[in-house]
Amino acid sequence: MAVSWSAGAQLPLFRQLRAQSSMPNEISNPLALITELTHRCPLHCVYCSNPLELQARTNELSTEIWTRVFQEAAGAGVLQADLTGGEPLTRPDIIELVGAARSAGLYVNLITSGLPLDEARLAALVAAGLDHIQLSFQGAHEETANEISGTKSHAQKLRVLDWLRQHRVAVTLNFVIHRRNIDQLAEMLAIAESSCAARIEFANVQYYGWAFANRENLLPTRAQLDQSLAFVKREQERLQGRIRIEYVVPDYYAKYPKPCMGGWGRKLMLITPSGDALPCHAAQVIPGLSFENVKDRGLREIWEHSAAFQKFRGEDWMQEPCKTCDRREQDFGGCRCQALLLAGDAAATDPVCSLAPLRPKVDTILAGLNLISDPVAAGLAPPAASQLARPSWLYRPNPA
Amino acid sequence: MNPEMDSRPRLAPGCRLGENNQQRVLLMPERALRLNGPSLEIVERCDGKHTVQQIITDLQKIYSKAQPQKVEEDILGYLALLQKERALDFDL
Repeated sequence: MAVSWSAGAQLPLFRQLRAQSSMPNEISNPLALITELTHRCPLHCVYCSNPLELQARTNELSTEIWTRVFQEAAGAGVLQADLTGGEPLTRPDIIELVGAARSAGLYVNLITSGLPLDEARLAALVAAGLDHIQLSFQGAHEETANEISGTKSHAQKLRVLDWLRQHRVAVTLNFVIHRRNIDQLAEMLAIAESSCAARIEFANVQYYGWAFANRENLLPTRAQLDQSLAFVKREQERLQGRIRIEYVVPDYYAKYPKPCMGGWGRKLMLITPSGDALPCHAAQVIPGLSFENVKDRGLREIWEHSAAFQKFRGEDWMQEPCKTCDRREQDFGGCRCQALLLAGDAAATDPVCSLAPLRPKVDTILAGLNLISDPVAAGLAPPAASQLARPSWLYRPNPA
Repeated sequence: MNPEMDSRPRLAPGCRLGENNQQRVLLMPERALRLNGPSLEIVERCDGKHTVQQIITDLQKIYSKAQPQKVEEDILGYLALLQKERALDFDL
């Protein structure tokens, strides 16, 4: 039977595509599975997204269990697997795990520092079915990068970038942005332009866990942020169709909160190294939540029935002003962990929201910072990172 | 920015067709697009062999009830969008 051009939805193709990319509101499949294969890592980044309490190697799931998890995920409708850590390459079975995820039918994304990598191992990963590699960078040059990661790491990353030219795999450079490197965006972009990367992500640090502990030394100033936004806008236009530039602002400076994880229990599921299934990276900080483990229950069952996933799913848990807010289906009340950290109540409106009763608390944090860092007058360039004294960082350790 | 008519689009590294629950999808970094009817017909032809013009001609035949000009415009718009997403490379 011949299909008419705008069959079904009566939409022109272009609009049909846009409509398809927004997800329906009801409880649906998880779309991506974030697997923290390990908490071991050669880096000690001061903003690490792992919890403060790190899992030891002896608690890590076996190859067999991860393989089953990938198969269950694909069966539950998951499209993509993010293999992350810690450093996922510290797993000796990482090539097998990439192969298992790909065989299960998943799109395989490896999020790595690139440190435990050589040319042969990279080739084996690609041969096993790796689709996309996200290479993390801590700065545009050696000095900042090494300070932030607490180890010598930068030169190796540049070597990995060079090896990647030989492979047919998508490459994204992930730069985590904060006060001490936000003035280096042009140099960071230059690294991307001289490489085979098709995407670069400038993701400002968000403040949970390790980053929360180091917040005073990481939050950029308003002037720095504005400058970086203007830069990114210019460069996005210049590089359109060549390099896709993503920019994530720090929540504290946002007018409205981010739709954290695309909404609690709506799109994403995270599995810790020991197999706990979490609705987000930091969910373990929320008191009273208990998590199911993939060793005990199937993935789809956990997704649909686990109390932790149900807790903030939908709108019933919301307080005012979220409860009656027009934006509640866009940002889902923001981030539960941020609400806990700043408001002391995980069900509160994310205090970064300009409509939140506790927004003044965030404004006070920002006011203090901007007062200290912009001592002369508005309109002047922000102080260079090198002019700031080297802070005393709380480095993330490498678990046994 | 429309692609050249005689260029040959192909899926960029890390972008491929996949299937989940009987639904064809275009998998790409951090994104996935559901493909139905015309969008699937287009993406299946982004193989480095078909030129943009050939894709248009093919789809004008398949969707012969639609205005040919409209089909062309939609295809060019769709290819431009995929290019902006960095899902396509264009071989000359």
